[in-house]
Amino acid sequence: MTTADVSGDALSSSVEVSLRVNGVDHSLRLDPRVTLLDALRDYLGLTGTKMGCDRGECGACTVLIDGRRVNSCLTFAFMQQGHEITTIEGLASDDELHSVQAAFIECDAFQCGYCTPGQIMSAVALLNEGHTTSTDEIREWMSGNICRCGAYPNIVQAIEQVARSTAS
Amino acid sequence: MKTFNYARVRSVDSALAEAAKPGATFLAGGTELANWMKDGIASPTELIDINELSLSEILVHAHGVRLGALSRMSDVAAHPALRSAYPVLCEALELGASPQIRNMGTIAGNLLQRTRCPYFRETSYPCNKRHPGAGCAALSGEHRMHAIFGASDSCIAVHPSDLAVALFALDAVVHSRGPRGERVIPIADLYTPPGHTPDRETDLDHGELILGVVIPAAPFAAQSHYFKVRERQSYEFALVSVAASLELEEPSQTVRSARVVLGGVAYKPWRVRAAEEALLDKPLTDSTIAAAGAAAIQGAQPLRDNAIKVPVAECAVVRALTTIGERAS
Amino acid sequence: MTSAAIGAPLDRVEGRLKVTGAATYAAEFAVPGLAHAALVQSTIARGRITRLDTTDAEAAPGVVDVISHLNAPRLPRLKPAATLEGSAFQTVLPLQDEVIHHAGQHVALVVAETLEQARHAAGLVKVEYAAEQPRTQLEAHRAAAYAPQPVFGMPPDYVRGDPWQAQAGAEVRVEQTYTTPIEHHNPMEPHAAIAAWEAGDKLVVYDTTQGVHMTRAGLAEALGLRLNQVRVICPFVGGAFGAKDSLWPYTILAAVAARRTGRPVKLVLTRAEMFTSVGYRSPTVQDVKLAARRDGTLCATVHHCAAVGSEVGEFAETAPEVTQVLYACPNVETRLRLTGLDVGVSSTMRAPGEASGSFALESAMDELADALGMDPIELRLRNYAETDPDTGKPWSSKALRACYAEGAERFGWSRRTAQPRSMRDGRWLVGWGMATASYPSVGAPGAATAVIRADGRAVVRSGTADLGTGQYTVMTQVAADALGLPPERVTFELGDSEQPYAFVAGGSSGVRSVGPAVRLAAEAARAKVIDLATHDELSPLAGYGPAAIGVEGGELFLEHAPTQRESYAAILVRHGLDQVTADGRVDWVSTPDDHRVNAFGAQFIEVRVDPELGLVRVQRALGVFDIGRVINPKTARSQAIGGIVMGIGMALLERTALHPEFGKVVSPNLAGYLLPVHADVPAIEAYFVDVDDPYVNSLGAKGAGEIGITGVAAAIANAVYHATGRRVRRLPITPETLLS
Repeated sequence: MTTADVSGDALSSSVEVSLRVNGVDHSLRLDPRVTLLDALRDYLGLTGTKMGCDRGECGACTVLIDGRRVNSCLTFAFMQQGHEITTIEGLASDDELHSVQAAFIECDAFQCGYCTPGQIMSAVALLNEGHTTSTDEIREWMSGNICRCGAYPNIVQAIEQVARSTAS
Repeated sequence: MKTFNYARVRSVDSALAEAAKPGATFLAGGTELANWMKDGIASPTELIDINELSLSEILVHAHGVRLGALSRMSDVAAHPALRSAYPVLCEALELGASPQIRNMGTIAGNLLQRTRCPYFRETSYPCNKRHPGAGCAALSGEHRMHAIFGASDSCIAVHPSDLAVALFALDAVVHSRGPRGERVIPIADLYTPPGHTPDRETDLDHGELILGVVIPAAPFAAQSHYFKVRERQSYEFALVSVAASLELEEPSQTVRSARVVLGGVAYKPWRVRAAEEALLDKPLTDSTIAAAGAAAIQGAQPLRDNAIKVPVAECAVVRALTTIGERAS
Repeated sequence: MTSAAIGAPLDRVEGRLKVTGAATYAAEFAVPGLAHAALVQSTIARGRITRLDTTDAEAAPGVVDVISHLNAPRLPRLKPAATLEGSAFQTVLPLQDEVIHHAGQHVALVVAETLEQARHAAGLVKVEYAAEQPRTQLEAHRAAAYAPQPVFGMPPDYVRGDPWQAQAGAEVRVEQTYTTPIEHHNPMEPHAAIAAWEAGDKLVVYDTTQGVHMTRAGLAEALGLRLNQVRVICPFVGGAFGAKDSLWPYTILAAVAARRTGRPVKLVLTRAEMFTSVGYRSPTVQDVKLAARRDGTLCATVHHCAAVGSEVGEFAETAPEVTQVLYACPNVETRLRLTGLDVGVSSTMRAPGEASGSFALESAMDELADALGMDPIELRLRNYAETDPDTGKPWSSKALRACYAEGAERFGWSRRTAQPRSMRDGRWLVGWGMATASYPSVGAPGAATAVIRADGRAVVRSGTADLGTGQYTVMTQVAADALGLPPERVTFELGDSEQPYAFVAGGSSGVRSVGPAVRLAAEAARAKVIDLATHDELSPLAGYGPAAIGVEGGELFLEHAPTQRESYAAILVRHGLDQVTADGRVDWVSTPDDHRVNAFGAQFIEVRVDPELGLVRVQRALGVFDIGRVINPKTARSQAIGGIVMGIGMALLERTALHPEFGKVVSPNLAGYLLPVHADVPAIEAYFVDVDDPYVNSLGAKGAGEIGITGVAAAIANAVYHATGRRVRRLPITPETLLS
């Protein structure tokens, strides 16, 4: 992980960017305009993170950076050099699903599946943050992830299920 | 989006040196800037990545609070000492944006966010803020979210920040460094009225860097509250909001000092001194609260489509003050 | 047909793919040599392009091609989907001349090596216009309305009996106007297509579509190709709600760009472009007149609807259609008139017609109940239609009474005090409202192929779609049931135009059309294997007729002596076969056995209203539905809940505004267009009444996709009236309307 000053040359068409995603280092040469979202999807083949609005208004692009949930469309890839990026592809270990993923399947917490990776990444972070003391709190703290299919009640149920099983 | 150079700087001096270049812009959380660039509202030739500057402090002590410019909204909101001693600050932060954006957005960046006016954000509409003299599409278009105070016939946009409203209610002060050297700007002086130059929004010079925000300890800080009215339950900008801070003298709950500030109604958070005066030196009662609400909307100048903000603002003031009274007793 | 498969709440079979991010949507296919496209759209709503200069765009870094009306190929006017002849609601294609028909019309396409380069260069295309004052506000231009061509078979004028005569004898009347705004589908996945030409003039397109066959047919038509020159692939749709059930120009333009450049081209719509490029629900102004006797029975109903028409396509929001079937009123008139505006063509959005029409009708019925001092459910029951009031035909099934009864019971409706403003909770006014839900389903054609393999597994295929509807899972269950295999050993494949034909998965037709085809194919494949076995002296089943054979767990057995059994695998292996294949198909069936097919339901809503701030919160939502047999109660419940959530948005939040002077969308983004978020949605209850429908098809299933949204907006408006005493007849319900 380099800590050297990073800079781009005069109106550069590309910059060297090193991204650590799901524990794996990648060296890329990118147009500085490339967002983290597009770097993941178009340059690293990690299409699990979704583009819904590209404006930070829907949460479909949610990933974890150093364990915190963020909208990957709102940050440029070059800004994330030196940080730990976790995407939906990094949640399950080998064949075993993360408890949130398993709960989503069991509770039918998705329909079309497009907002789902973002919902799951957000839910994982939510559980770590501890904002699960009530159903209303879960709803409020998941409101940065929009679901047009309307799977909200089942998403909340899945999160509550994981929160209860983690607590016990 | 036009392409750009970028430099990641390690000191405030380097940041300022870079910022002297024309077309250079500071890059912190990036949540606003990314959208401005995607929408063609901003086309910097250089981004100065200031994220490695040591400006993330959150210091709470007897004399007040210092929030570094780069402190994240979510970190400030979650700070236990702030939650108990300056509730309006944390409530305002947590009612803004989304959890993801709060993890990315910085305190200074939040203050420097720009209006959500749809005619500003879509470059094919005429907009005096983007191009002085081009006209204002909001005047003839839908403008129910626009200003009821302080507007001009050049610009009727409102400032969207929740944090700013709370900071107005705490007499915060912005510390900066730039071409004019080190400056201390009372937050009430940060935002400039649109007049005929709505393209100018703050008192900051080009290349001036906010270093932090200081909130002086004050007797009204602890009994404070942020109330936000919006149609969607979450993840939406305010129709109207209120930040109120009261110094209550027990046992009568006499108001010794007060700050009442409206959000979502003007180009800046709108402090309503008349509402404060209606409360001062009297016990906080339903009657004084109602008088404060009525006073708060005196002089409102609603437009054709946003008259709804007037009664909502009055009611919001009453709600905010009532909540403070209930919590205190 | 009873088995563990039908009626089982199976987890979605594609669930693991979706929760791990492994499901591939249209924009995500890795195609080598890809170039990226970006659109340039008109910034005026009406007028002409006077100058279009692509010099700077063409010179920009990475740009491969710039296409405009100056160099685009001639494209035909497409056959309309509204008459079921073709694939497109937008029949007039862009980039053909200098005329601007609506704001956001595509005027150029830039192709570049990267997305950033394409988007940047798109901003360098200079377009000058001679703009004219656009007409974009429906209510301002109604005088120039015209009667549209029939849409999906519904003519613009309808009458039965003599409403004008009959209403003379009425003792109570309601005459009101109800208004709904432009709504946009806004699925989470923006429309996207990757087009690639292969050797031999073959076009392969990855598109997000509710019907790969529909898209294929439309592309062939647009580009002058034979059907077998086009292949469309779409295994997953990231939400559609009717936005993806027709061919939109972006797909055609991607193919044109790919042919011109000799490169595969990906075109992904921005969220802003979603507001001007792929249809929307038309705004409506609906005049409803109900004339009733004092006992509540309707003697006459009149429902007129004004909606928008467009120069670039054909569609009409058939709002009055619900009034033709819902109540036993012998004298009914409906009328649909369109006003041509300078807007894009409106299109199917979840429950087209019924969603908007039920808001008007079910609000009016609530106003009638109020005028009569009658319970709203009682009024519905007084006018219950035992047979189809439109044609007199019997219903294939109708359990609406049970929906009302179960819904009322579960909701606690008997505790409702009828007087408006009679229920409170502290500062909040509480209101309880109900409405009828109603939606027909389309008896569309479908075909499927079933393959039983020598490894004891089966694969069944049909070119249908799963938009989150659960089609993958439900069809797996139907096939497993018909094959006598456990669902884990059945794979259902969809989303490829090389698969058997399926109609667009829209109009709640997915299960109703594909399901029976899958069943037929599976049964035929099973029959082939049974035939092999019964004619094989080495088989324990030799010599028996097919009626004597049962199948379970992949094993064929003699019903009367079940120890005599052998597996599919054993039979195939012994015959040296890798697989046995059979087809099944169903054709259009609108009135099976001369019965009218319609799904029904009852919606119940509790709202809290803050009377000083004019804010409405949905506290409880409950729906009970009759959709015939429920094949998968887990996915069906999710469909219903999803429809109710969309209804909450429709009632309280959603509206696209057009600037009155410029004719452009004001806020083409998800900050301005308010979709319900988590915090807006309470726990929602959705139940299904057990219904045996022996007529609709071999599955007894009527369709679940759209019934959930119908009646919700009215139930919410009715609840708001009950809470506040204010009747709101314009959506969305806002503080302005409640505080004025």
